[in-house]
Amino acid sequence: MMKIRNTAFPYFIWLGIFIVVPLFLVLYFAFTTGDSQTLSEFTFSLDNYKRFLTPIYLNVFYRSVWLAVVSTAICLVLGYPIAFIISKEKAKTRNVMVLMLVIPMWMNFLLRTYAWLTLLGKNGIINYIAGKLGFQELDLLYNDTAVLLGMVYNFLPFMVLPIFSVMSKMDRNLIEAAEDLGADRRRTFLKVIFPLSLPGVITGITMVFIPAVSTFVISSLLGGNKSTLIGNLIEQQFRYTGDWHFGSSMSIILMVFIFLAMALTSKFDKEKEGEGGGGLW
Amino acid sequence: MTKFHAIDLIDISKDFGDSTVLENMNLYIRQNEFLTLLGPSGCGKTTTLRIIGGFEAPTSGKVIFEGEDITKQPPYLRQINTVFQKYALFPHLNVFENIAFGLRIKKTPKDDIALRVAEMLRLVNLSGYEKRDIESLSGGQQQRIAIARALVNEPKVLLLDEPLGALDLKLRKEMQMELKKIQKSVGITFVYVTHDQEEALTMSDTIVVMDKGRIQQIGTPTDIYNEPRNRFVAKFIGESNIIEGTMLEDYKVEFAGKIFSCVDRGFENNEPVDIVIRPEDLDIVPLEEGQITGRVISVTFKGVHYEMEVQNGSFTWTIHSTVMKGIDTEIGMRVIPENIHIMKRSVYDEN
Repeated sequence: MMKIRNTAFPYFIWLGIFIVVPLFLVLYFAFTTGDSQTLSEFTFSLDNYKRFLTPIYLNVFYRSVWLAVVSTAICLVLGYPIAFIISKEKAKTRNVMVLMLVIPMWMNFLLRTYAWLTLLGKNGIINYIAGKLGFQELDLLYNDTAVLLGMVYNFLPFMVLPIFSVMSKMDRNLIEAAEDLGADRRRTFLKVIFPLSLPGVITGITMVFIPAVSTFVISSLLGGNKSTLIGNLIEQQFRYTGDWHFGSSMSIILMVFIFLAMALTSKFDKEKEGEGGGGLW
Repeated sequence: MTKFHAIDLIDISKDFGDSTVLENMNLYIRQNEFLTLLGPSGCGKTTTLRIIGGFEAPTSGKVIFEGEDITKQPPYLRQINTVFQKYALFPHLNVFENIAFGLRIKKTPKDDIALRVAEMLRLVNLSGYEKRDIESLSGGQQQRIAIARALVNEPKVLLLDEPLGALDLKLRKEMQMELKKIQKSVGITFVYVTHDQEEALTMSDTIVVMDKGRIQQIGTPTDIYNEPRNRFVAKFIGESNIIEGTMLEDYKVEFAGKIFSCVDRGFENNEPVDIVIRPEDLDIVPLEEGQITGRVISVTFKGVHYEMEVQNGSFTWTIHSTVMKGIDTEIGMRVIPENIHIMKRSVYDEN
């Protein structure tokens, strides 16, 4: 026991400085008011929460959650078949396919999102081709669809990889056992393959939903001013408005929300399936 | 019903890429018999089983089920069920749902399912385990559930792929008895795959000894043990002394520099043959009474008996006896004519 503690010591320092202390700072700011810029005379207060519970902010919050849910759903609908197809391939083809899925992630996240600006913009490639074909100029950028597109594009691998991982480790004998017991392909999928892949699905949902609900880069690049999300609100408080207290309160609200959402999915996960997955919780 | 064999395999060959796993295999399996495919790993026994189950398509040849060609039928349409090597129980379902799986697929009425699952659990001695998680069961219990899950579908043929391989010795012995009992009580054809010769001898009505994708011998356990057809079978089934000799004429064979009378006939005069003598069939006698004499070069205690190696010229005999003779003792050995088994030479090429 002691040995493990000793070697883990540097990690605990790291943990303390970069995670625990900042978290307490956020917590402290979240429940106080005062002048964040001079860092003096803070008083305990719940005003920030009252402020958040007004329609303007609540609407932003609802919209963030809604867009995250929709993008997670699209990722699932697209990602599940992709994972299924890849896992059925021979080892060599499989590696190539996974690589193709992962390669875009080697590029900087910002760069990838900027690339969509040139694709979707008024003078972008898509509008250029549409114009040549005689279509009217399309308004592709700075709306919710563009934000959704950005989310799905950026987070899809996080859905595919955990599902693929569970499926490729699935015992082939189980599939043969189902066939042996009279199940055709469709029923083998519904009764064995799908239930056994659920841990991967849960992990995928978690890994897509969390970054999607808290993103501010995608929404500010592709959504413009019209598409403010909770992530943008928090960013604004720290970078422009300078109201660290309100920013911290919103961070806490978002954290609690994500925590509850994940606790719910992990409960569902445990009820449906005991083992075989790489759940985050 | 009985006019058909349960299964006929006709000229089955199977290639995986460049390697041939099965070569022109012909085999019939009678209704309600316990047939064992026995052989070392890589002999093609599991492939044979998978071809019967429909998980593998033969490269050429036909699979006949009760007179009907099922070569192209997918597994889910065959009236055959399998007990897989590692049980392959569904981890997301409990014991009841695992056994009920096949019945649910067939849309059996609920009451009926409950009755039949309960009956199966009784058969495998696990009544009251309905609600248990698969992972909470021991290897032996999982094994029984796997058998129940297959049998509940009332298959005509049950395939078992080394089902006892993962169990410890004591449990394995128990399960051997139990499987045999189950087979008798449900009265269906069992096709059993194993590499354990003792298991095969204990349980089977018919043993098919396989090696290198070919059938080496088909017979009852006694046939296989007492009358091995070639060196491979003799070596694979139990321990044996295999010595080269010459069949002088009917009922007369020469080996180890002596002439013995035997019960075999039908060979050419002076035909070179292989002679098999089981270690327990050699009796130790005083030196002067011995047909064969030799010097004891090693003694090993084996529990029920001693195993001794006796050097005679260039050949080392293995004998099993409850009487121990010390190392370097010169002893005599006798063998009765019925225990001298003559095999044609080079029926089987060891390489």
